[in-house]
Amino acid sequence: MTEPREPLIPCDQAVRQLWAYVEASVPPVDHAKITEHLAICQRCCGELEFVKHLRGLLAAQTTDEVPPELIRQLNQFVEEL
Amino acid sequence: MSGTPARRTPRTKDAFQALARAQLPRLLALARRLTRDEAEDLVQEALLRGYLAYPELEADQAGGRWLQVILVNVYRDRERKRARSAEELPVADADNFSLYRTIVEEDPFPYSDTVHLDFLHSFTKEDVRQVLLRLPEIYRMPLVLCHMEGFATKEVARLCQAPLGTVLARLHRGRKAFEREMWTYAEEMGLLKEHRRTP
Ligand SMILES: [Zn+2]
Repeated sequence: MTEPREPLIPCDQAVRQLWAYVEASVPPVDHAKITEHLAICQRCCGELEFVKHLRGLLAAQTTDEVPPELIRQLNQFVEEL
Repeated sequence: MSGTPARRTPRTKDAFQALARAQLPRLLALARRLTRDEAEDLVQEALLRGYLAYPELEADQAGGRWLQVILVNVYRDRERKRARSAEELPVADADNFSLYRTIVEEDPFPYSDTVHLDFLHSFTKEDVRQVLLRLPEIYRMPLVLCHMEGFATKEVARLCQAPLGTVLARLHRGRKAFEREMWTYAEEMGLLKEHRRTP
């Protein structure tokens, strides 16, 4: 006894929502469809891993590239407030 | 912050200066992602506004975020005054680019098993900043605030003074535009050459 199933969503549709999927901000229905797609689609799993790394890259941008000379000038500005 | 009682030290000039000094690197980094040429100026104006509004700051712990929000507001007001027409990218163009697939197809590091990671690792922090600065302003701001500074999308909508749906759409297109610019930048700057990688 199998329920009539909706066809899998296409890759493009899955990929479009992967960022939101990673952030768990897609509606539950869509979330389930993407999970189902990922279970059988290796390429989209690759995309998913890549999205995670890309998010990590953005989140890891710390402050250490700030030019010290600018910081010095701004500290001076703060002293003179 | 739950569980931490809100501290409120007297709102003196000394206290503001201490807060400002501690937050300077972070504020400057944020400003440098939002604007190419006016970062220092932006930080100065934010500090002046912050100093004037300092008595209104509720809890000490919120000081860093509070200054960031002031800086974003200064930036938004300036952009608005310039009445720079915000250009939306054509939808199809923005939506259909996949950096992941482009890397697979172009295979820039043919001897590598981790070609996608190699690609990302070839970007220094300065490279990432340069890519961001190439994006249209309406996409850059949500991207920077959400994915780099950790603002919630609702907060970003409030800061951009735009509906949440609009901000979500811009975030989506901004991410796609960012992916595409990463590829273009890598090609232009020669990041895709094998010898640039660490041996
Ligand atoms: Zn797929």
